[in-house]
Amino acid sequence: MRGLAETPVLELRGITKRFPGIVANDHVDLDLLAGEVHALLGENGAGKSTLMNVLYGLYHPDEGEILVKGEKLSLGSPRDAIEHGIGMVHQHFMLIPVMTVAENVVLASEPTRSHVLLDYREAEGRVRELSERFGLVVDPRAKVESIGVGQQQRVEILKALYRGADILVLDEPTAVLTPQEAEELFDVIRSLTGQGKSVIFISHKLHEVLEVADRISVLRRGKLVETIPRAGATEESLARAMVGREVLLRVDKKPAQPGEPVLVVEDLHVVDVRGLEAVRGVSFEVRAGEIVGIAGVDGNGQTELIDALTGLLHCTAGRVSVGGVDCTGSSPKHMLDAGTGHIPQDRQRRGLVLQFTLAENIALHDYDKEPNSKYSWLHPRVLVERARRLLKAFDVRGGGPQTHAGALSGGNQQKVVLAREIERNPKVLIAGQPTRGLDVGAIEFVHRRLVEERDEGRAILLVSLELDEILSLSDRIYVMYEGVLVNEYGPDASEQELGIAMTGGGKEAAA
Amino acid sequence: MSDDERREHAAEEKQAETVEPRTGGDYAPSVAERLAFYQRAGGLVTPLMTAALAFLIGGVVVLASGSNPISTYQAIFNGTGLNWLFPWVSGATRATAAINLQQTLLLTTPLILCGLAVAFAFRCGMFNIGGEGQYLVGSIMAVWIGSSFLKMNGPLHIVLAIVVAAVAGGIYAGIAGFLKATVGAHEVISTIMLNWIAYWVGSWLFQLGGPLQSHAQGASVPVSNDIATNAHLHVFWGDPVLQGLHIGLFIALAGLVVYWLTLNRTTVGYQVRAVGFNPEAARYGGISVARNYFRAMAIAGAFAGLAGAVDILGWEFRLDVNDIQASNIGFIAIAVALLGRNTAIGVFFSALLFGALLNGTSTRNLDPTIFRPDLAGNLTLIIQGLVVLFVGADVLVLWIWNQRRKLRLRRASPTAGAVAAP
Repeated sequence: MRGLAETPVLELRGITKRFPGIVANDHVDLDLLAGEVHALLGENGAGKSTLMNVLYGLYHPDEGEILVKGEKLSLGSPRDAIEHGIGMVHQHFMLIPVMTVAENVVLASEPTRSHVLLDYREAEGRVRELSERFGLVVDPRAKVESIGVGQQQRVEILKALYRGADILVLDEPTAVLTPQEAEELFDVIRSLTGQGKSVIFISHKLHEVLEVADRISVLRRGKLVETIPRAGATEESLARAMVGREVLLRVDKKPAQPGEPVLVVEDLHVVDVRGLEAVRGVSFEVRAGEIVGIAGVDGNGQTELIDALTGLLHCTAGRVSVGGVDCTGSSPKHMLDAGTGHIPQDRQRRGLVLQFTLAENIALHDYDKEPNSKYSWLHPRVLVERARRLLKAFDVRGGGPQTHAGALSGGNQQKVVLAREIERNPKVLIAGQPTRGLDVGAIEFVHRRLVEERDEGRAILLVSLELDEILSLSDRIYVMYEGVLVNEYGPDASEQELGIAMTGGGKEAAA
Repeated sequence: MSDDERREHAAEEKQAETVEPRTGGDYAPSVAERLAFYQRAGGLVTPLMTAALAFLIGGVVVLASGSNPISTYQAIFNGTGLNWLFPWVSGATRATAAINLQQTLLLTTPLILCGLAVAFAFRCGMFNIGGEGQYLVGSIMAVWIGSSFLKMNGPLHIVLAIVVAAVAGGIYAGIAGFLKATVGAHEVISTIMLNWIAYWVGSWLFQLGGPLQSHAQGASVPVSNDIATNAHLHVFWGDPVLQGLHIGLFIALAGLVVYWLTLNRTTVGYQVRAVGFNPEAARYGGISVARNYFRAMAIAGAFAGLAGAVDILGWEFRLDVNDIQASNIGFIAIAVALLGRNTAIGVFFSALLFGALLNGTSTRNLDPTIFRPDLAGNLTLIIQGLVVLFVGADVLVLWIWNQRRKLRLRRASPTAGAVAAP
């Protein structure tokens, strides 16, 4: 820790926030020193968001108090929080795309001339000054819609600084960034703290926390487990504190023993909903018994590729075959029948009907086949029986066959999807971001299960934005950039070289 | 972090759970069970509160017009004939009540079927405003069949008229479903348009000189021919000459059963619900969303067409231009479906409520010294409108309900719910 001031700039004392049936924050104490990065770690539902919403005045706590520089904050008032210099950068940006960077930054407290006219030059000047001071390089005149995600995040940080924030809360800031962009963000954070600002850094990525934080607080089930300095903390110890038990961070797997090609894709072209060519000539194959990973920054055609492979989107050219049968241009139903299983990227929007019971959800692909139904007549008892068996086999907690899918936690919902897709015994399993939004324990389960399926001889295509996940599961790796696969890597590729390829740097080596 | 928030919001809604702290493996299922229970309770509480609130505000309107809301509502209630259900009502009052109740149930019958037409489309994620048009098409077909083939065997004639009317209603609504499925035309727009087409085609058919106008009365009245006497539905309660209650009510009740079974026990219903809840997931699951839009609309239209047939064969027996232009059953059915939350049992009770309200505020049944019947008719409209308005405010009503529960929870135990989520 670099020369920190004696008194904390921010103190949360005994914050308790109850929701009926659940205590989201249970007497949490947290302090933040000037010039410090304090990381807040915890699984989904551990209460990180609640705590930050209490701090920002969005929730009124049931107990506890908040002090900023020794001064009591009036609880439940975002205005008071802002006036005390608390700034928040949400995971989802709140920017107006058609307005310029400067306009977005000064929004709601615009500098004016004669109290009426917006003073653009003054706005741009102040934004430029702020961005130079903290190393947040961004053009004040650029329209927000024309700049990248990493830059948009800088605009959000600038917005908070412009309003006089001394305490910045960054909520999962790296979730949308490439490894390189994340590094740049860390530089920005260091420059902020170097000039006396304090940062609360929320994340569930352990290595980032270890890289950027001065102190680390771990929340579990609403309670503060521990607050420790970075020195001495390891990924293993943090994971244990988060989950409350030993967690296997590295996926244990034997070398792959690939067999025949199962999924063969040749020169696939796909046009997205906006009419743009999102997949521009992709060819690859996935063999039985191997996991092929496709890495890439979001929005480089991965979604369209998956949709085309599962029949949800028409391909404009190219061929797809599953198990030697040509399936080009088949309907979703036909693709399913041909032997694809699909773990969709968005389980709540696509993977599950949240208002359906688990039994009904598990029957989503075969409700119309015997013994689930006969002569169009459903057999609910059969559905319930099968669901009961599968829920047990996949260790789904939080409900039985008659529970509505929406009542389960994200991890358990994903287990239901996994159960359904594996139960169908597909030849090839297409997994789109199978662990998105899951906590460490659930991620471990999903990863282990995917490797098991591989070992049983299934072909698995893994598309993920998480490099960690790609690297720890895949037997072969492709990087997708602007609709093409730029290169093929082995399982021992470094994060660095993949990261460069993800931003277009590997093009010359195109496969 | 959005997952986080979702969990916490879900927690907020789980007002119901646990007074005593619980932990361990058995904890989670019991939460889910309790949640399911309270969702069901919410499902019953919301419509009741919605209706109560609508009547309360209606009462304020009555008060503002210078009448006593309590005696007005009492008079309306007696006009509905529902007082027949009270054993202490006897003699002449009872006889009147019986006649009134028959009229109430006569109105309830088409409201149930049209309500199902709206509800079924709702379950597939569509807003069927076209119940009125589908009802008219059914009525027109039933009049046409019923007043043709005069020598046909009675029951066969009835079945033919009913089937043709239902199929016609189905095809008519199917147009809107087809347009949505193929070119994405919004069903609200297309069904409203189809209402007007049915309205004007019906008016043209029976107008003076129209192709189906009756010539029995010297061609001076814009009315259809009467349907054959042996095609009338049997009247099982009351005087057949004085518009007694016909067996169409049982057709409507059977419609409720068919509705429930179709939705919950058939693969068609599974698809309809999947598409209605989440079309994206349905498509991912291999269900054709477009086909279901068409099919669900067609099934919905069949319910409304059936309603038209039952009214014609049960008590109208003919159709004149004025009937067509004054009819609003298909529109009231929207409120019926909304208040009934698109469930079979809900549609039954809300159809009964609106049938009673329509009948109780009719000029014939309401004592003008208590409340002017022309105002009372508007009162029905006001209550109907408020119901539609409040159904959109479901969330509000649930919130009030949950706040009450939260208070009680706090009072019961200050440390209530001191459990971390599993």
